[in-house]
Amino acid sequence: MSQSDIDPPRLYAAREPIFPRRVQGWFRNLKWIIMAVTLGIYYVTPWIRWDRGPSLPDQAVLVDLANRRFFFFWIEIWPHEFYFVAGLLVMAGLGLFLFTSAFGRVWCGYTCPQTVWTDLFILTERWVDGDRNARIRLWNAPWDARKLRLRLTKWTVWLLIAVMTGGAWIFYFTDAPTLLRNLFTGQAHPVAYITMAVMTATTFIFGGFAREQICIYACPWPRIQAAMMDEDTLTVAYRDWRGEPRGKIRKDEPTRSDGGEKGDCIDCLACVNVCPMGIDIREGQQMECITCALCIDACDDVMAKIGKPRGLIDYMALKDETAERAGEKPKPVIRHMLRPRTLLYFTLWAGIGIAMIFALFMRSPFDLNVTPVRNPLFVTMSDGAIRNTYELRLRNKQGDRHEFRLRVTDSTGAVLPGTELQLEGVATTTIPVAADATHGQRLYVTAAPDSVLAQGGQAELILWVEDLGDGVTAQIETVFHGRGE
Amino acid sequence: MADEKDEHTSPQNPDNRIELERMAADEENKAQILAHPPEGPDGEPLHKPGSTRVVRDRKGLRHVVEVPSTGHSWDGIEEYDNPLPRWWLWTFYATVIWAVGYVIAYPAIPLIGQATQGLLGTNYRSEVAQEIRSFAEANAPIQAKLVETPLDQIAADPELANYTANAGGAIFRTWCAQCHGSGAGGAVGYPSLLDNDWLWGGSLDEIHTTVQHGIRDPKDSETRYSEMPRFGTDELLDNGQIRQIVNHVLALRDKPHDPALASEGATLFADNCSSCHAEDGTGDRAQGAPDLTDAVWLYGSDAATITRIVHDGPYGVMPAWADRLSEADIRAVAAYVHALGGGE
Repeated sequence: MSQSDIDPPRLYAAREPIFPRRVQGWFRNLKWIIMAVTLGIYYVTPWIRWDRGPSLPDQAVLVDLANRRFFFFWIEIWPHEFYFVAGLLVMAGLGLFLFTSAFGRVWCGYTCPQTVWTDLFILTERWVDGDRNARIRLWNAPWDARKLRLRLTKWTVWLLIAVMTGGAWIFYFTDAPTLLRNLFTGQAHPVAYITMAVMTATTFIFGGFAREQICIYACPWPRIQAAMMDEDTLTVAYRDWRGEPRGKIRKDEPTRSDGGEKGDCIDCLACVNVCPMGIDIREGQQMECITCALCIDACDDVMAKIGKPRGLIDYMALKDETAERAGEKPKPVIRHMLRPRTLLYFTLWAGIGIAMIFALFMRSPFDLNVTPVRNPLFVTMSDGAIRNTYELRLRNKQGDRHEFRLRVTDSTGAVLPGTELQLEGVATTTIPVAADATHGQRLYVTAAPDSVLAQGGQAELILWVEDLGDGVTAQIETVFHGRGE
Repeated sequence: MADEKDEHTSPQNPDNRIELERMAADEENKAQILAHPPEGPDGEPLHKPGSTRVVRDRKGLRHVVEVPSTGHSWDGIEEYDNPLPRWWLWTFYATVIWAVGYVIAYPAIPLIGQATQGLLGTNYRSEVAQEIRSFAEANAPIQAKLVETPLDQIAADPELANYTANAGGAIFRTWCAQCHGSGAGGAVGYPSLLDNDWLWGGSLDEIHTTVQHGIRDPKDSETRYSEMPRFGTDELLDNGQIRQIVNHVLALRDKPHDPALASEGATLFADNCSSCHAEDGTGDRAQGAPDLTDAVWLYGSDAATITRIVHDGPYGVMPAWADRLSEADIRAVAAYVHALGGGE
């Protein structure tokens, strides 16, 4: 058949429908387990309770946007500690780099939400419509009552999953039991309904209809991943030197490994039929392949049936491919994993993780921040004394009210003679801060007219804050501006 | 490529020289790359020429076809002429339909007088007006409470103290910062509001009165008023006498001065200045007369400045705000200024 018998190339191409066949095997089981775990974490997490006392929410994982707090079990993150979130994002990024350089597109193949939900949608599709051949027949069948009934059933199940997915998402942002009640009584905030509707729509469309189109056209990650893969990265590959020339074999006909003419591939198309991306892995590693390994399972099954060793399609690094083609032995997987690039990613990843754990345990129960007021730099008092003003923000991260005493010293910690610390609106140098609150306080440091501080230019000061409840002391450096004589 | 008839590609046109040279260099580069295709680890060419795609014929059978190249090639990376997914086209149409709906619903097309108003009848201007109204409504209760509360009890009420600190600050930066500075540090001729030296008094009550009625504002009958004579301009004192008074004023703060002139100036000061600035020069707040013995000087503390002030007389003014700001706003800004560090 020549090119001219086919329609001329068009500007726009319709999506080629894909009907992945059911497959059983080691990698399929692994994918089922990962799907159960990830979906379980996603749906269950908002419902875990965690007692934090009367004034704080009792939801174990809560992104409290209204009060600007992030709760994760025993950890409470304030907005000024956003570097923890930034650190987690950096770790997530480096973790993806690490796994991509070592194992290729495992994220895409096993854990990406797009893959997991698509898998779930294909599973329900199979329950409703049947396996590949039944689905193809139904696709080609005219619209009759049966097709309509099956389609409506399938879409309803999909929609239910999508609603649950969108619903679970919003539970992370407010108290889940209250929100669930409000959602049903129509009293929830419009933002909750809108967010849920958007998440439901994207889940329904992406998982039910767009599927591999998201990976191929919308997702930037596969393009970025290409930069992290090298000859040692594991990918799914077809051993063409063993399989070719492909073709049907009669029963007991010897293949090349037994001195025959033909390769091991019997061209049964099992690998093509199970592929959720609709590609033929025997054409080589392709942009579309998410390395989900379902073709490995499918081919292993066939090889077992025709009495050949497994692994005609297998996880392989490009180096192994070259080595096997030349008749050498491939390197073990662990030797591929341990190489400078992966070790560097792992070191960076672990370093940030350790630094964050360290920072988490080093957190003070209260936190202070002082800003010298620079407009004007200093105020001359009637007796010629020089006064500097500071804005102090004192955060009490504890569950009860604490009193804090303030004092200033020079940069060595020595008391400054002739220098007085005053607090706006407070007669003493002690301020109470309510539980889980930030207190803003204006401070004045006044230096006597003839003191070194008043006469000098810029000098360093230390502000000390002592928690009168438990004696914990914190300090922060700031500056004093004198007349500069 | 180079077409004699097309003026944009014709080599005859000197404007095309650079473009044609670039294209020639590209062709040369491309030929060079194609002559030495990069090899993979197995010694085979890394890039296979052309690309394939699966298509279906009219009977629905799959065929693998070669995808043609667009002819665009950069450093051996070629752009294939793959078709766009059809759903992308649908998305594009959807955005077009959305745009049409948006143009109908919202103000969109600029005309001579104003833009089309849109069927929803909303625009940013009216939304802003609505926002301002809703904020005014939201602030009305606390402003009423602020007006009812005695001035000396504002700071004790956390809600009012928080409101005056924020609303008062906003009012200050809008109406007061032009003269007193955004940090209230003042400038020459405009007093700092941060120190403990006040011309007319630094209690909350006094600050409130000053903001309400202003200083030397001819439009307000209750304005704070006093006038220092123009001793030199009006020839009340001659230049020698002024020099003596200035030396006496410098002596009040032990600044460098001529003792002989200063002792003669003491008598002149007692006769001409003490009625406002007091015998010892400590001033009188009832008349807005500054303390001449302290370190805070409105116009400057050097001999030349003091001489100029005594000769020409100062006349600092501040507008009365009672007819421009509401009582709640005046109280808020007064409480804000009082809490800046100098309040008494």
